[in-house]
Amino acid sequence: MASKEVTSTDEFVKGLWRDNPVFIQVLGMCPALAVSNTALNALAMGLATTFVLLMSGLSVSLLRNFIPREARIVCYICIIATFVTSVDYLIMALSLELHRALGAFIALIVVNCLILGRAEAFASKHKPGRALLDGLGMGVGFTLALLFIGVVREILGSGSLFGVAVFPDGFQTWTVMVLPSGGFFAMALWLLIVNRIKQKQAATAKTVEVTS
Amino acid sequence: MNVPDQQPQTSAWSMYRAIVGIGAFCALVIVVVFQSTAARIRDNQERFLAAAIAEVLPETRTTVAVGLAEDGRLVPTTETLALPVFLAFDESGQLAGAVLTAMGMGYQDNIRVLYAYSFEQNAIVGFKILESKETPGLGDRVEIEPHFIANFEALDASLSADGSALANPIVTVKQGEKTDPWQIDGITGATITSEALGNILNNSASEWVPVLERDADTIERGDRSNGQ
Repeated sequence: MASKEVTSTDEFVKGLWRDNPVFIQVLGMCPALAVSNTALNALAMGLATTFVLLMSGLSVSLLRNFIPREARIVCYICIIATFVTSVDYLIMALSLELHRALGAFIALIVVNCLILGRAEAFASKHKPGRALLDGLGMGVGFTLALLFIGVVREILGSGSLFGVAVFPDGFQTWTVMVLPSGGFFAMALWLLIVNRIKQKQAATAKTVEVTS
Repeated sequence: MNVPDQQPQTSAWSMYRAIVGIGAFCALVIVVVFQSTAARIRDNQERFLAAAIAEVLPETRTTVAVGLAEDGRLVPTTETLALPVFLAFDESGQLAGAVLTAMGMGYQDNIRVLYAYSFEQNAIVGFKILESKETPGLGDRVEIEPHFIANFEALDASLSADGSALANPIVTVKQGEKTDPWQIDGITGATITSEALGNILNNSASEWVPVLERDADTIERGDRSNGQ
């Protein structure tokens, strides 16, 4: 990969599809399954995670020559925890209702392996601009993935989307979709779709190679 | 996994410098964020509480925070208590009821609730969960289950003859087995949470209702009442 020419758009776009943190890397499953019971919760969690990804990526990248290899994990965790705490206060200042809905999961962004993973695998080896783009791409990819799961769960589980009813009154909601197990169902559904598309793409790529 | 790089051993000093430096920087960031959001958060919490009071006791127009004096009498207070108690007055300045905060252990963590006590009905007439981390879909059904919420339309909390304790302790019973007005009809599947709420209300009401019934008339509407 290093030998190839990597443009900055690639840095951003790879998080959306090729290396999507949830559907391809299957990282950060705890919040992806737990806080995706409604579309709004999923969106808020995704944005909070994106903020932490951006800020920690930037800091780790800026400090990459200052942090010795042996002490890197403790430094990364310290930086990540700082921004998570900040996000916690910011959300409280924004809306207590939202803070109530996200509950304990805001604090748990600290242990989202996606963030430590990007700090370790990318930000610590690249310039700040690149790290920001990577963080933004991964964050948007994570947010979109959560939103996809959240939309399915909210429509089926509560019969609404962003709190607005989408079905007529007679609709029997699938309560199981709001429960934790519903997260697994929605996740499996999307993994199936994503993998199917990936396979198709791989197949067409092969035939193109053969014919040319 | 990692092939050791041909890097020189890092000196203790540079590790020390990095960890302490980053620690100090992080502490600074947190302090700045905390300071700059503190006012907004307090504001939000006050608004949230005011809205919650209006929800559990809709007649409320003004409130006076009360606490216990050293001799056990009910007195107005300006301190912010961990579990504040308010006397609520309606439009005409009459005592509409009391709004109390209570807290206790649920299934996952502490549950904080707000409830309204009516002096006229000698009963709990409004109830709202302020904070809970109960299991989504199971324990948190106490906030949405209609038959459970109906418990708090008039949950008996009348005092015994000598006025020192509740005549009947508030208890949670199994779903569908409620026979008396002081019982809470529980939720199957949220047994621990519904029982915990029964305990929270019983403990708080046993402590406060006798005092409120005895002394509430002595509290004036006061100028410090915070309007809504």
